[in-house]
Amino acid sequence: MSDLRELYQQVILDHNKNPRNYREMPNASRKVEGYNPLCGDHYTIFLQIDGDAITDVSFTGNGCAISKASASVMSSMVKGKSRDEAAKLFDTFHRLVTGDASGLDAAELGRLAAFSGVSEFPARVKCATLAWHTLNAALKGDGESVTTE
Amino acid sequence: MSLAMQALGFDVEQVRRDFPILGRKVRGRQLVYLDNAATTQKPQQVIDRLVKYYREENSNVHRGVHYLSEVATTAYESARVVIQRFLNARSEKEVIITRGTTEGINLVAQTWGRVNVREGDEVLITAIEHHSNIVPWQLLCAEKGATLRVAPVNDEGEVIVEEYAKLLNERTKIVAFGHASNALGTINPVRQMTQLAHDAGAIVIIDGAQGVPHLPIDVQEIGCDFYAFSGHKVYGPTGIGALYGRESLLDAMPPWMGGGDMILSVSFEKTTYNALPYKFEAGTPNIADTIGLATALEFVASLGLENIASHEHDLLTYATGRLQEIAGLRIIGTARQKASVISFTLEGVHPHDIGTILDQEGIAIRTGHHCAQPLMMRFNVPATGRASFGLYNTRAEADALVDGLRKVIEVFR
Repeated sequence: MSDLRELYQQVILDHNKNPRNYREMPNASRKVEGYNPLCGDHYTIFLQIDGDAITDVSFTGNGCAISKASASVMSSMVKGKSRDEAAKLFDTFHRLVTGDASGLDAAELGRLAAFSGVSEFPARVKCATLAWHTLNAALKGDGESVTTE
Repeated sequence: MSLAMQALGFDVEQVRRDFPILGRKVRGRQLVYLDNAATTQKPQQVIDRLVKYYREENSNVHRGVHYLSEVATTAYESARVVIQRFLNARSEKEVIITRGTTEGINLVAQTWGRVNVREGDEVLITAIEHHSNIVPWQLLCAEKGATLRVAPVNDEGEVIVEEYAKLLNERTKIVAFGHASNALGTINPVRQMTQLAHDAGAIVIIDGAQGVPHLPIDVQEIGCDFYAFSGHKVYGPTGIGALYGRESLLDAMPPWMGGGDMILSVSFEKTTYNALPYKFEAGTPNIADTIGLATALEFVASLGLENIASHEHDLLTYATGRLQEIAGLRIIGTARQKASVISFTLEGVHPHDIGTILDQEGIAIRTGHHCAQPLMMRFNVPATGRASFGLYNTRAEADALVDGLRKVIEVFR
């Protein structure tokens, strides 16, 4: 069970059960769907952008615990950040879940650290990064949907 | 097969010894392999046959005058006869070797379909089809301006035969349905559905990918025009399968792929196609795996198809009962006639998480939409977990699944 507890840390179980910013945003300036055809995970990310700042983030949709918790943590962490800061967070997160965590310190990771167990489960990396890829597409403003395939 | 085994009917512990992979450990646990609807494990007999072919018989077929080519050709053509008998086709000319079910369905869509389906015609499928029995027909309909119709299923996951019958009409040219559903296990009343389609003047192709592993097949008794299946679902190699086709239809159909082996003579002005079944087998075939497939079919036949069906039915009944003990577990697909496939959801836990946690216990199940997304939408679930049982599974493995699911609940409590 030790690997499983690493993967399903309390933060992840909590965000899965009570996702933050889980709502539609009718006046969103950006709205992009993210889809993982392999397991059917499907989310919509809503953004409110003011100049360079991400002033509000929300999401709807469903999927596994890893993907939903990741979307929830992502939404709460990038709110109020600049585009560059959000891109940097994604880069940090991506390195963490793909096992390239050298040089990442705890302060930089914050709540992202809860996803450290994902790197031991290669099949779940796509679950963890789906919301982030979707955010990325929304920030770039290319297309209406993004898939992990 | 020993006399003792015959007397007992079916000795699963003895059968398991033929499958070396079942002895291995996965993540430190004894492997419990419950993903047989995705692919089955291979018995030593099949593995040995492949090795023997490459060590002692390898050569190209149908063209050599030398000794090894004769040996390979004889083995390849004998394999075709084994497949013919397994399906009870009238003649080996009616057995086309393919890469699998998907290729068989596409072959029919692209040959019979492109010649006979015209604008305004209809192709009828059912709501429980695998993507491989949906997309080839969408491609055909899009090209021809034809319409794809879909017969609905009830809440148990059974095709509603009255609705199916109502959708048949004089515009229906092709009816395609699965023998058994990979996602729910539902066994279709294929004989009745075939008869109804024929009454309407349509031809029938059956996706037998999940039929062949679980049921004795008799294409003459079913009455279908085409029947496609895959070797790897019935304890044979991957990338090999066969398409049964009624000889008169195959004869009238144009070839699909062009190349060597499918011709009698070639000039730049005119090419004469080879006779059946070679007209549909362009290029050097997958000789080794065809022979391996025949060995797999002989293996299951030696165990007794009725014995396998009854063993799997016992597992289905037992596992269904045990799973129903789990609060919050919902079985999707409760047809009266079912193959040993159990699709389920667990309240509050996504199937993907179930799959990961079971995997830590050495238990392999499939999670996802099972290449049947329209069906998942019908039951309003994004995905399910699916445990599918094969001839070598045991009640103890069903118990292990239940114990594993209790661990899942523990993690998510």
